[in-house]
Amino acid sequence: MTGTNTPTPRLRAEDLTLSYDRRTVADHLGVAIPDRSFTVIIGPNACGKSTLLKALARMLKPRAGQVYLDGAALSSYRSREVARRIGLLPQTSTAPGGITVGDLVARGRYPHQGMLRQWSAEDETAVVEAMRQTGVLELADRPVDDLSGGQRQRVWLSMVLAQQTSLLLLDEPTTFLDIAHQVDVLDLCAELHARKGHTVVAVLHDLNQACRYATHLIVMRPGGTIAAQGAPADVMTADLVEDVFGLPCRIIDDPETGTPLMVPVAPKRFAPEDPEGGAPATDAVMAERR
Amino acid sequence: MSAARGGGTAPHPGSPRASGRFAHRPRVITGTVLRTPAGGLSVRVRGRTLAVTAAILLALLAVALVSLTTGDYELTVAEVLRALAGGDSGGADFIVNTLRLPRLLTALAVGAALAVSGALLTSLTGNALGSPDIIGFTNGSAVGALTVIIVLHGSMTQIATGALIGGLATAAAVHLLMLGRGLQGFRLVVIGIGVSALLLAVNSYLITRATFQEALEAQAWLIGSLGNRGWTHANAILIAVAVLLPPAFLLSRRLAMVEMGDLTATALGVDVARTRAVLLLVSVALAAFATAVTGPIWFIALAAPQLARRLTRTAGPALLPAALMGALLLAASDLAAQRLFAPALLPVGTATGTIGGLYLIWLLITESRKSRA
Repeated sequence: MTGTNTPTPRLRAEDLTLSYDRRTVADHLGVAIPDRSFTVIIGPNACGKSTLLKALARMLKPRAGQVYLDGAALSSYRSREVARRIGLLPQTSTAPGGITVGDLVARGRYPHQGMLRQWSAEDETAVVEAMRQTGVLELADRPVDDLSGGQRQRVWLSMVLAQQTSLLLLDEPTTFLDIAHQVDVLDLCAELHARKGHTVVAVLHDLNQACRYATHLIVMRPGGTIAAQGAPADVMTADLVEDVFGLPCRIIDDPETGTPLMVPVAPKRFAPEDPEGGAPATDAVMAERR
Repeated sequence: MSAARGGGTAPHPGSPRASGRFAHRPRVITGTVLRTPAGGLSVRVRGRTLAVTAAILLALLAVALVSLTTGDYELTVAEVLRALAGGDSGGADFIVNTLRLPRLLTALAVGAALAVSGALLTSLTGNALGSPDIIGFTNGSAVGALTVIIVLHGSMTQIATGALIGGLATAAAVHLLMLGRGLQGFRLVVIGIGVSALLLAVNSYLITRATFQEALEAQAWLIGSLGNRGWTHANAILIAVAVLLPPAFLLSRRLAMVEMGDLTATALGVDVARTRAVLLLVSVALAAFATAVTGPIWFIALAAPQLARRLTRTAGPALLPAALMGALLLAASDLAAQRLFAPALLPVGTATGTIGGLYLIWLLITESRKSRA
């Protein structure tokens, strides 16, 4: 199961087995992250999505198999070198009490700094640029504690951008955010992907968001195996969703983007009374929205 | 990289101008940056941290002068300076160089050691209560020392060794009790308090087994004191501090990253496991050496780092200000205990214990309020 899009992608994993203690989370995975793609990993709870992402960022040592970055085994890199090539946004991070937005974003420069090189001109350019991209430049002097959840997520994202890596791994970047801020963060990621040519890999929960934003989809199944990889339009089928999530559904076209849109099948008792005796309720509702 | 600082980035409207040839006021981060023209070297300094550090140093100097000049025999500053320079023989020389200076140096070094130990441990555990005196390391040292005093009838050096072994063993035990979950969070504080209570019971048991004379000696050691501390003590703790503080300072930038969480720190290129292990060892060793020299002294490890952090308002461990603050607190407490209650000989442990109790109550209230929020 190797990538079909590009011959040798920068980031790929072969025969990867991942486990916490003795519990195997992912078994003999092969994944390839196409260069310059917006790859989204989806799957039911506890299927090993985040674990796979952690392994790709070397946060977790694989029990077997190997992750490759730029042609060499990821385990052969020095920690700092990995941090110069891969940026990771974990699910949760702790902002030190009282830190300002600017100082927090500046910490993204750590892998480029040293004892005697604490703030170079490049550091300043990178941080200002990262803050501008995420729209938090005006907040530079504000304490992070004062920000809303949505603003805070932008700040953390900004810190990862300041690291200036062309590979960005985001672990559920939209959790804890309301729907408007979810869309906001995803739009931002899509923009970084489209405009800067970054390779973005994100773990998401929402299938429809995944289908809308991803250029490449990795679908994981409970037990940590890969159910499908490829472009959302090719991969996303009702059978796949039923197989992976155990959810009967219909796949229709997203009225905004034309990407696949998953609509769960309504149990009979919730179906409204048949208006014209024709199509089932979901079709009628969707037709109206279109 | 260009010599024109401020021109490194695109010109920003309203951005403060470079304030000098080497000094550069960055736009988005706090503090000032000093940078060589080629950009090869650059250092970030914060005015507030500098000011606080200087203020603590001044206060330290004042406390040191008062400690050396006042007492049963009043000396003038000139006499003290002459004695320090070795240009005096007789009374002043004996009072300064044999009685007062080793005691003062011991206070400064023990205070700094405890403060840095507390700063490292609270930072590693991510909890303001995770200081060596709360989570049992200090009581572990006490068990070691009491065992030597009561069971082995050891000398002063052996008592210190016992305290050191006790502290390190307790740290290892707490680490084992965490069952591989590292040393983080409230779980550590709860386990530590439990271990601490257990060790306290062991101490009480040891004292019940002792003769009257042994019990007196043990009790005297248990109330941390700087009385009768000579050059042996001063040299021991000064060497410990000289060896253990540099690695702590060198790793403090990494420690600041580790505070953001293991994943974030690893993502920024920090070897988290190694950083934690080294700093934990340094922290435990500092607390153990300090306790070995003076007996358990409460409150310094808990309060000095917090005070330093609040005063400097840095979002990191602020180890140097913490060290100086610890030295100041202990030297000032010892001075107060000696002079305010004269002629009674009050051990410094009672002074720091009283203030520490009040501080702990306040800390527990604010922490529980935070965890409820």
